[in-house]
Amino acid sequence: MTSLRINGQERDLDVPDDMPLLWVLRDVLGLTGTKFGCGVALCGACTVHVDGRPIRSCITPVASIADKAITTIEAIGETPSGKKIQQAWLSLEVVQCGYCQPGQIMSAAALIEHNPNPSDAEINAAMSGNICRCGTYPRIRAAIKHASQSS
Amino acid sequence: MYFERLLKPEKDKVETVPPGISRRTFLVTGAAAGGGLLLGFYVPARIEAKAQPSSEDIFRPNAFVCVRPNDSITLIMPQVEMGQGTYTSMPMLIAEELEVDLARVSLEAAPPDDKLYANPLLGFQVTGGSTSVMGMWEPLRRAGAVTRVMLIAAAAAQWNVDPASCRAEKGEVVHPPTSQRLTYGALVDAAAKLPVPDKVTLKDAKDFTLIGTPAKRLDTPDKVNGKAVFGIDAVVPGMKFATVAACPIFGGKLASVDDSKTKAIKGVRQVVRLDHAVAVVGDHMWAAMQGLAALDIDWDDGPNAKVSTDSIVRQMEIASQNEGVVARKDGDVEKVMPAAVKKIEAIYEMPFLAHAAMEPMNCTVHVTRDSCQIWVGTQVVSRAQATAALVTGHPPDKVQVHNHLIGGGFGRRLDVDGITQAVAIAKQVDGPVKIVWSREEDIQHDVYRPYYYDRFTAGLDEQDRLVAWRHRVTASSILARWAPPAFVNGLDEDAVNGAAKELPYSIPNILVDYVRDEPPGLTTGWWRGVGPTHNIFVVESFMDELAAATKKDPVEFRRALLGKSPRVLGVLNLAVEKAGWGNPLPAGVGRGVSVQFAMGSYLSQVAEVEVSKDGEVRVRRVVCAVDCGQIINPDTIVAQMEGGIIFGISAALWGEITLKEGGVEQRNFNDYRVLRINEAPLIEVHLVKSAEAPGGIGEPGTIGIAPAMANAIFAVTGKRIRKLPIKDQLRST
Repeated sequence: MTSLRINGQERDLDVPDDMPLLWVLRDVLGLTGTKFGCGVALCGACTVHVDGRPIRSCITPVASIADKAITTIEAIGETPSGKKIQQAWLSLEVVQCGYCQPGQIMSAAALIEHNPNPSDAEINAAMSGNICRCGTYPRIRAAIKHASQSS
Repeated sequence: MYFERLLKPEKDKVETVPPGISRRTFLVTGAAAGGGLLLGFYVPARIEAKAQPSSEDIFRPNAFVCVRPNDSITLIMPQVEMGQGTYTSMPMLIAEELEVDLARVSLEAAPPDDKLYANPLLGFQVTGGSTSVMGMWEPLRRAGAVTRVMLIAAAAAQWNVDPASCRAEKGEVVHPPTSQRLTYGALVDAAAKLPVPDKVTLKDAKDFTLIGTPAKRLDTPDKVNGKAVFGIDAVVPGMKFATVAACPIFGGKLASVDDSKTKAIKGVRQVVRLDHAVAVVGDHMWAAMQGLAALDIDWDDGPNAKVSTDSIVRQMEIASQNEGVVARKDGDVEKVMPAAVKKIEAIYEMPFLAHAAMEPMNCTVHVTRDSCQIWVGTQVVSRAQATAALVTGHPPDKVQVHNHLIGGGFGRRLDVDGITQAVAIAKQVDGPVKIVWSREEDIQHDVYRPYYYDRFTAGLDEQDRLVAWRHRVTASSILARWAPPAFVNGLDEDAVNGAAKELPYSIPNILVDYVRDEPPGLTTGWWRGVGPTHNIFVVESFMDELAAATKKDPVEFRRALLGKSPRVLGVLNLAVEKAGWGNPLPAGVGRGVSVQFAMGSYLSQVAEVEVSKDGEVRVRRVVCAVDCGQIINPDTIVAQMEGGIIFGISAALWGEITLKEGGVEQRNFNDYRVLRINEAPLIEVHLVKSAEAPGGIGEPGTIGIAPAMANAIFAVTGKRIRKLPIKDQLRST
């Protein structure tokens, strides 16, 4: 039995210790906002926060995060940084197909939470692990800057 | 996506079926007259005026609009949303005429129904080929107008006034002389009883209040908060989860599988065997994935175990020596070419490509004794229904398909192979099962963009004028498999799309032909930009070679030959002006240009590319000029250009699928590399204002970027890229 704290709620789950958080979220809890893209931490679609820091849930076994605060895309809008990022995403019409965007938003929210005014190089470093096949990168960059300025 | 009609999009054209041809044949093959229409033209809104019978609780004058007494307005979307913005542009077309705010409408994906929801340009229900706006431009505006006219008629009858004295605004009918107003919801009952008018007048472009504006997208709010439901997110009570491995060698079969270790894994429920694949069903994906990894599988390799990229290309090279089917013949190349003072020859090659959409292939299916339900994201929902009917043996009307938002189409989801496989698996499973492919499976069992092998010869006269142009395309025919009636007399029109009729240059002698050659084992299919992505690369690269051979500036060389193509010239001039063509560049940076007419739109791109001392290639800036006729949503166009260009850069730099011993070598994003944010260039898009009929915009950005890049590389290094991907070609040994 594993106990996880997800979006402020304690959940007791009968799942294997080595089960990646991604599948607990999607298949066991029905929180399908976090996406599966590659399964090997190359694409960033599965990004969630653990104690406010971005991690790739597809390779994070639940046993390793049992006592930590997990935040997903479904709840990030309740944080000031998450809300700013979501609003910037909508203002600048970042989104196309949208499949990678939960991961992009989680990475971006963590970035501006810890670095309120990131440079281009810092944006690159924080976001280059998130692939977007629709090519929304120019707007992601602009939206992060827009969100940074709205502090 | 090939379709002849795009060359001259025509409004309000309804074909009458010639005698002696079945309607089905006509719809798919099109009219023989008019220069060889290949694919049918179907206008559902005109032919099927009333989609569903209206009743007291719903006013449905056509297949696209539902108004309810509670004043809710639901629009049924015939075209799927995969990021290209149809869930905003299609509502804009309806709402412009219906006179309702976009914020008020809710959207539903159309169910499978070729009669009601056929794409008018392609003859059946399909989203692809950048045809949504072109195809639905007239039918959806008409649907909105018909609905509005009937609501006005209902209100006018109630008020006993002349309908001409009423008008519709923001979801209400008003009668200004008496200040009476009624919401659409209040008129549902009365409107439902009225006959649907045959003729309606559509607004003039000058009266548009919505079309042409950067309206906010309707699908994006739920895409930033995790609420948007893609096919892979479907949740069905009692659902189990499965993942699958098909034989890694194309055409091979499942010989045997030892599942003893798999069955011991907690959460694994079942192992399902198909003739060429095996799936593991479990309580969640983790159990299914672990279960699959624990299988001991014996494959019967089948006939293609020795196929490699090398063997495929050698076969194409031999095939390319054969006479092809003529696609264009102007003048007399056979007479003029031998007499040409200077001849330039080139062979171009473009690789197989995977789609690698972020949402891996998936399908959720529930098969019962007499029914089948499917939850999926597909570009061809009626084909999804048809294949499920075939596999289950159930009649199509017992097969329900719930279409979803798609996490990247790019042409991958124009094929239903994943659905066919999923239904076959689900037949052996009790209850609903969600089948999700791993990324490795997605890349290794893709439907690949074909390999292209192009032979060019150009003839110049004593004044260095281009007098003869010979181009042979050797390639797989996607049409022959995907739409057999469109593959006529051995010519695949998609394989030559952009090289033959669409060639914009004034050259007196032109000969373009096509040789069909099929790679053994793998399946080829549609990839963003389709035929033009191939042909514009080779044509625009070869044109650049000719400019260099005649010592002319690439822009000047093209300008001189575009006298008969004013709209191509228009975008070329705009792009080079905005790019500052001719201005000095830093060392190691070159500029290249491309032009195209494809999908009904005109584009020109100028790419600034940096090549480092080590031969590392980086695109710094792209300037793109677009003439797509009437603009629906300008912001969507800019976004599609940005996205299409970035998609194309990935392919140009690194994209290739290679085969070894009958299987694909690439597996995940480590060896199928795609652009990341730190590698994306500055992109500037300039739109031409035009009142011409709308062209398509989903694919054009991807089409012209690779040649602009290759031409820029030549400008700065003197090295000509004749084979994609660029990858390590410039690195010194």
